[in-house]
Amino acid sequence: MGFANYASLAQDPEFVQGLLHNLLWTAFFLVVPMIMGLFGAYVLSRIVRFRLLFRTVYFIPYIVASVVNAAIWRSILDPQTGVGDLLDVNPLGDPSLALWTVAFVNNWAWWGFLVVVFFAAMQGVDPALHEAATMDGANVLRQFVSVTLPSIAPTFAFLGLMTIIWSFLAFDYVFILTQGGPAGSTDLLSTVAYRDAFTNLQAGYACAVGVVTALISGVVVATYLVIRRARKWDT
Amino acid sequence: MSVSAPPRLPLQKASSPQARWWGHRSRFVLGRTTVYVVLTALAIFAIGPIVLFVFNALKTNSQYASDPLGPPQTWEWSNFTQAWTQANMGAGLLNSVLIVIGTIALTCVVAACAAYALARLRVRGASAFMTYLLVASALPAQMFLVPLFYMWAQAGLYDTRVGLIVIYCGLFSPFATLLLRAFMLGLPPELEEAARIDGAGELRVFARIVLPNMLPGLLTVALTTGLSAYNEFLFAVTMIQSESLMPLSTTFFTFQQGFTQNYTLISAAGFIMIAPMLVLFLMLQRRFISGVASSGMGGM
Repeated sequence: MGFANYASLAQDPEFVQGLLHNLLWTAFFLVVPMIMGLFGAYVLSRIVRFRLLFRTVYFIPYIVASVVNAAIWRSILDPQTGVGDLLDVNPLGDPSLALWTVAFVNNWAWWGFLVVVFFAAMQGVDPALHEAATMDGANVLRQFVSVTLPSIAPTFAFLGLMTIIWSFLAFDYVFILTQGGPAGSTDLLSTVAYRDAFTNLQAGYACAVGVVTALISGVVVATYLVIRRARKWDT
Repeated sequence: MSVSAPPRLPLQKASSPQARWWGHRSRFVLGRTTVYVVLTALAIFAIGPIVLFVFNALKTNSQYASDPLGPPQTWEWSNFTQAWTQANMGAGLLNSVLIVIGTIALTCVVAACAAYALARLRVRGASAFMTYLLVASALPAQMFLVPLFYMWAQAGLYDTRVGLIVIYCGLFSPFATLLLRAFMLGLPPELEEAARIDGAGELRVFARIVLPNMLPGLLTVALTTGLSAYNEFLFAVTMIQSESLMPLSTTFFTFQQGFTQNYTLISAAGFIMIAPMLVLFLMLQRRFISGVASSGMGGM
């Protein structure tokens, strides 16, 4: 009896579009902030002076509330007064740009967290490994690939997992900046479900969206736990 | 010496002429000056927008209209008092403080007791419970949003601060438990055993020996939990409807929706909201960062 909600999900263009946007969103967050975080942490590990100062500065956007971060970028991107006016674009109003703009704003608040975590993980790498690699004549890049990356693999895997899960949780920035618009171009599963529940008053349908989201997360978590056990990362 | 040293086994490729050229090049690319230039560019990317935001909070409206991206000409402090009264920030701040303190207190009690049991008492099924906690802290809380909304309405917890505190405790305590358990495993058990031999009961051991030693871990939990509760938006906007009960995040959101274009006042109100957290963070950043870093490594 209750499966009608699930059957109609597959035919609902809003749901399908939201799912597609979630996948794009996940891909963006698996690539851009991960590279920025790794790069930032790596560059931090190459200096001694001002190290803590830079780390603190990178972390500040992460502690600023999402509502305020959104307001900061809304004023910067405003098509009449901000950068939008200078460059003659409307980053949040143009359906082809809006999703990436929201992802950019979310990433701005997010990448500093990854710098801090990757940096902490890199500090835990045994310096003897680097010394041995230097003796073997490995250059900076090669040491990064052959020593640093394998040593922080557990952290990397965990953050990859969390990125996938958090991508399906993403809500604040879309809801505050665009409400899913223009023309549904920034709708994610979370905003679709929210509208179904509290605007269209279809609670059962919204729950079905939530259960699908949870299933996806469940699969991701299970995969991670299997890898974690197989590689003996758990303490 | 490292350049002329004969190559050895696992990294042999690095000595081919091409790779050596690469080696010199990458050392050049990552020279010290370049590293600092890159770091500074990233720093500007991180706090430039916030600095601009503070500038805007200090401009008059006409100044903002003529020069939205520059520093303020005169310092318009009255924006802050105006934003404070118009956005009803005083009430919002009070609600936020109550919610944050309630969340921290409840989460610390729940997580400390659970962590003590998992780290020290031989509980059956402890490892399954740990996996459950890991999964629970990773599952999307949003899937509970709609059912929680109806349950809270039935239970009389909808549109109350206590209702929101209970939800936050449920959201944050799994991770807090994992973090405190890891912290407790690093403490020597000898003191507790000595107290037990002297005839102290389990509760007494916990209160007199474990709790005082656990304070640094609890402070970390309190900071990360408090930050998350202070900034949380989704549950706050869903579960609190009365303006008199709204925490700062939804107070600010409501204000912003009403004044879409008045960026100077919105900036001032936003700065009022983030100022307490900024001050706290700058004072206690080591604790903040260590707690957050372990949250990014699976609570280990």
